[in-house]
Amino acid sequence: MQKTTAANSSSFLFLHRFLYFSAKLKVLKSILTEQQVALSIKRLAHQVYENHLNLENTVLIGIQPRGIYVSDRIVEELKKITGEANIKYGKLDITFYRDDVRKSLHVANKTDIPFSIEKQNVVIIDDVLWTGRTIRSALDALLDFGRPAKVELCVLIDRRFSRELPIHADYTGTAIDTFPSQKVIVKWKEKGEKDEVVLM
Amino acid sequence: MKLSTRHLLGIKDLNKEDIGLILSTAEQFKEVLQRPVKKVPSLRDITIVNLFYENSTRTRMSFELAERRLSADVLNFAASSSSAAKGETLLDTVNNILSMKVDMVVMRHSASGAPHFLAKHIPAAIVNAGDGINEHPTQALLDAFSMKEKTGRLEGLKVAIIGDIMHSRVALSNIYLLGKMGAEVTIAGPPTLIPKYLTEAFDVRVEYSVKKALQWCDVANVLRIQLERQNQPLFSSLREYNIAYGINRRLLESLNKEIVIMHPGPINRGVELDSDVADGPSSIILNQVENGVAVRMAALYLLADREN
Repeated sequence: MQKTTAANSSSFLFLHRFLYFSAKLKVLKSILTEQQVALSIKRLAHQVYENHLNLENTVLIGIQPRGIYVSDRIVEELKKITGEANIKYGKLDITFYRDDVRKSLHVANKTDIPFSIEKQNVVIIDDVLWTGRTIRSALDALLDFGRPAKVELCVLIDRRFSRELPIHADYTGTAIDTFPSQKVIVKWKEKGEKDEVVLM
Repeated sequence: MKLSTRHLLGIKDLNKEDIGLILSTAEQFKEVLQRPVKKVPSLRDITIVNLFYENSTRTRMSFELAERRLSADVLNFAASSSSAAKGETLLDTVNNILSMKVDMVVMRHSASGAPHFLAKHIPAAIVNAGDGINEHPTQALLDAFSMKEKTGRLEGLKVAIIGDIMHSRVALSNIYLLGKMGAEVTIAGPPTLIPKYLTEAFDVRVEYSVKKALQWCDVANVLRIQLERQNQPLFSSLREYNIAYGINRRLLESLNKEIVIMHPGPINRGVELDSDVADGPSSIILNQVENGVAVRMAALYLLADREN
């Protein structure tokens, strides 16, 4: 009995050390490969569809700038699954709603929501959910466009146990445990690299 | 990315990247102004005083609206109804206002260089809303924004600035800005209203015939004749000015090309612009006013004090 505990604690120690040093050395650790990214996106699209069989009252909103790479793909996938060409899809920039506007200057991107979100079921889409502060800003920004019936959150990567606000994702590609010092880097082919998620 | 300057005293101090950043940020604010709630919380911890030592309708309202749309707290000051009339100096007035914890000063003054003087003596960020015959940077920025919005570019754009160049801070700010952004500029008007040094200091062409200037340009920015700044007669009469240098429908139609007409306001109808042009299809004068709010929001947002 004692032996197993010792083994457990030593393996935990080892894992902790490994994570700690890889974080220190900036070692890249793959989280999702190109194929896994594609499969996760497909799954997320199916899960969204499962809960929104009637897409008529559903609106998808990608968060600028990096959430757009995820939302573009999910919307493409949804079109394939449902055969519906007119999915309501908008892009939201949250720069002017940030709570760290005094800390540093962020360059604003385009917001494009060419329809009303009043009484709609909104799915917010972003790449990485970490502290939850971006989503808090997004909720504030979103409410300036109307009063949605419901808002859900869909993310490709959920950095668990690192939230600074009570926010959770309804649809998650992959949940991972990380140190605050680590960075999750999401690469996209639009930026000249192959789709991949790595931890640094 | 941030602005290279702490104050917006003139276009002279901005570089091409600064101007590009203000214009691209203004595009995003223009979208904000189309929303059901036309307001963002960005500057809700900032207090701004509008210090106007000279009369203004458009600029003051535009600044105030921009400040409120950014959720800033706004104080208004008009010299005519204040202790400035009792002889309080500019610096005393501003220091008194700043001791009430004000973060930014938007100011208009009839003395050229007044905001530059303040910038040397007070810690708050200063936005020049027009100083004497020197500069009116936000007007030049909103003019550039409107030109770009209408024609799609600034680089290589041919802009004629027509009218009272000598007394116009709008002209000087426009010349600085258009030069920095790669547009070509011709200044046109009566010889008495075109200062000689301009062609030496700037890469601009001078044209004394308004028709030739219009024939050459893509955009005509027509300026107001500023009688209040003219201490001596520089042309014989307003009627004669209108005949020789005024722009009317007939003149525009004789060009056989489409040009964009702009005016910073207020218009002297029947002097530099006839009503059939000011209200005509080539005019984007009201678009300029609309864009003014977005451009001023961008400038204030980018200048608001930051911790690093």
